[in-house]
Amino acid sequence: MDFPQFLQQLINGLSLGAIYALIAIGYTMVYGIIGMINFAHGEIYMIGAYIGLITITAIGTMFGCPAWLLIVSALAMAILVTCCYGWAVERFAYRPLRGSPRLVPLISAIGMSIFLQNYIAVLQTTRDLSVPELITGHLFSFTMDGFNVSMSNSRALILIVTIALMATVTIYIRSTRMGRACRACSQDIRMAGLLGIDVNKVISFTFIVGAFLAAVGGVLIGLSINKINPFIGFVAGIKAFTAAVIGGIGSIPGAMLGGALLGLIETFASAFLPTEYKDIVAFSLLILILLIRPSGLLGRPEVEKV
Amino acid sequence: MRGETGMHVVVKDAVIAALVTALLTIPLIGLRLNVESTGLVLRTEMFWPLTAILVVFFGRLILPFIRRPTLPVKIPTEKIIPKIAEYRKVWLGALLVFAVTLPFTPPGGSMLTGLTMAMIYMLLALGLNIVVGYAGLLDLGHAAFYAIGAYTYALLNQYYGLSFWQALPLAGIAAGFFGIVLGFPVLRLRGDYLAIVTLGFGEIVRLLLNNWDSLTGGPDGITNISKPTLFGWEITRRARGEGETLWQFLGVDFVNTYQLIALYFIGLLLVVVAVIVIDRLSKMPVGRAWEALREDEIACRSLGLSPTMIKLTAFSLGSMFAGFAGAFYAAYLGSVTPDSFAFIESAIILSIVVLGGMGSQRGVLLAALTLTLLPEFARDFAEYRMLIFGLVMVLMMIWRPQGLWPASRRRVELPTS
Repeated sequence: MDFPQFLQQLINGLSLGAIYALIAIGYTMVYGIIGMINFAHGEIYMIGAYIGLITITAIGTMFGCPAWLLIVSALAMAILVTCCYGWAVERFAYRPLRGSPRLVPLISAIGMSIFLQNYIAVLQTTRDLSVPELITGHLFSFTMDGFNVSMSNSRALILIVTIALMATVTIYIRSTRMGRACRACSQDIRMAGLLGIDVNKVISFTFIVGAFLAAVGGVLIGLSINKINPFIGFVAGIKAFTAAVIGGIGSIPGAMLGGALLGLIETFASAFLPTEYKDIVAFSLLILILLIRPSGLLGRPEVEKV
Repeated sequence: MRGETGMHVVVKDAVIAALVTALLTIPLIGLRLNVESTGLVLRTEMFWPLTAILVVFFGRLILPFIRRPTLPVKIPTEKIIPKIAEYRKVWLGALLVFAVTLPFTPPGGSMLTGLTMAMIYMLLALGLNIVVGYAGLLDLGHAAFYAIGAYTYALLNQYYGLSFWQALPLAGIAAGFFGIVLGFPVLRLRGDYLAIVTLGFGEIVRLLLNNWDSLTGGPDGITNISKPTLFGWEITRRARGEGETLWQFLGVDFVNTYQLIALYFIGLLLVVVAVIVIDRLSKMPVGRAWEALREDEIACRSLGLSPTMIKLTAFSLGSMFAGFAGAFYAAYLGSVTPDSFAFIESAIILSIVVLGGMGSQRGVLLAALTLTLLPEFARDFAEYRMLIFGLVMVLMMIWRPQGLWPASRRRVELPTS
């Protein structure tokens, strides 16, 4: 692979990885605090994409609107509604099960995931829906050694928004009262409860932050790929979880790193292999990481306590 | 009323709940996207969202007044030994006679395909029940082992001409082997990882089957797989090669229904064998170890049991039964395609186990029969099937995690003087 091609794959890989990272943070925060895989998280991302498209269609058909306003309102609406879904999923499917054997919330989570996927499929048809191309043009595009290297504006937007959100989340967790409560809960949830932290509030907050980021990811991927269906959340969810595991589950910088790495690995792999195999590469990577370094790149090894 | 809450708190609560409901329902249930010739069109359907909002609002308003203080939990007084145990053999015998005569009765005869599919799901669910029910490991890729079993028979039959009964053990071994290969790295870790890894594995298997055109025939799959034989007689219209068909032996003219009946009996045989084998296994030390491990892994380890090995036996045995089911499915249908082994199959099998009762064989059998035959009766059900299955899983976990027909725990009681 020559340099310009490498550069192009780097750009593609990073923007794909940014989306994985956005979803992965939701997985990793929930896992860090209540030690559970929230299978429904991929569907939350998909719901975000649908709300974005619904908002764009609703506003776009009613009034003529500049594209940036459509995008901003789609993002705002998607975040608002998806956060409600994130909260509601925890409140109804997980909270009543707290303290039951480990298998019970996991089954509830997978049930929720199946439910949400088919809920959208029944309500909004199972067909591929096309998202209008609101972001056109390229941030830059040049020819190097006869190979065109370009970065479309939609990919650039994904990268910028993701980096901004990551920075915000990191600062928020590090320096606010709620962030401190989150960190305390992830260290020892029972002790945090004894010290007067409202554990239920922290858990709800975690799900809302996860849904927030996933919604942004969903809207942006819709605007960039221009096609959504009710099943996009399933594969994206497994891959984002893979990203979280690569980075070390429970660690927020780990999720960001894992997302970027997975995006890059997948893009470079599909440059060499037929594209159908890129999912296989991602899932095999998950098994490989668990085999070699189950605590991930930035995670701490888990100590089991009685 | 809870505590000293004033009216305004209740109203505020209700308004917030109504607002959240509005956000949850209006955009997705109230606004429907649809593709028409002019492009994307939004339809508005505000009836259900508005109903939901009103119900939630007024529900929250009255809730504090109707909610009673929680009473102390009543501990059920247990019967010493279930009476049913005495008649167990009689019951099982009657059930078997019923199952054998069923295809010859008019209602049974009309549902033969459904009943045979139910047998396949019973086998699958019995296998998954070992993993999820006894050992307490969440396996979301059961369809992958089902696929491995089906393709093992399909490929062996196509390339080497192996018959069903020759390939059946190989299909089970292949699926069990893959279970060991996959389980070994993952089962050393915390249980939840298994869930996501098996989910990924299910996708890998499906993608490989779909794309490895030269071996598996790609999306078209493999067709013309031989039907099984019954006690050495072929059950098809004409025998392949030298053999004699069962129908020639019995001296009856071939009717398609006869073949279905024969397949039903093979399915029934496999299910009965599986039930007996798993029942015996669960009473052996290894079966006790599965349940002990499910209840408390650390206690198990301190008693000298090896969690990884025990989990591995459960996982590979469960996969093996899925392999048997797969081989029978391939023989029953005569063709296999990768589409039959998508994640949705794993989800259906899991909901069967959850609904019937994890660790309860009778519950699982009943749930498999019900959930497979239900679509035959309610055609409209098909569209909402997965929606309902997902909801059922969540609700069962909240209200009745032990399933509809849970296993009665084996116990020995000291005689009370």
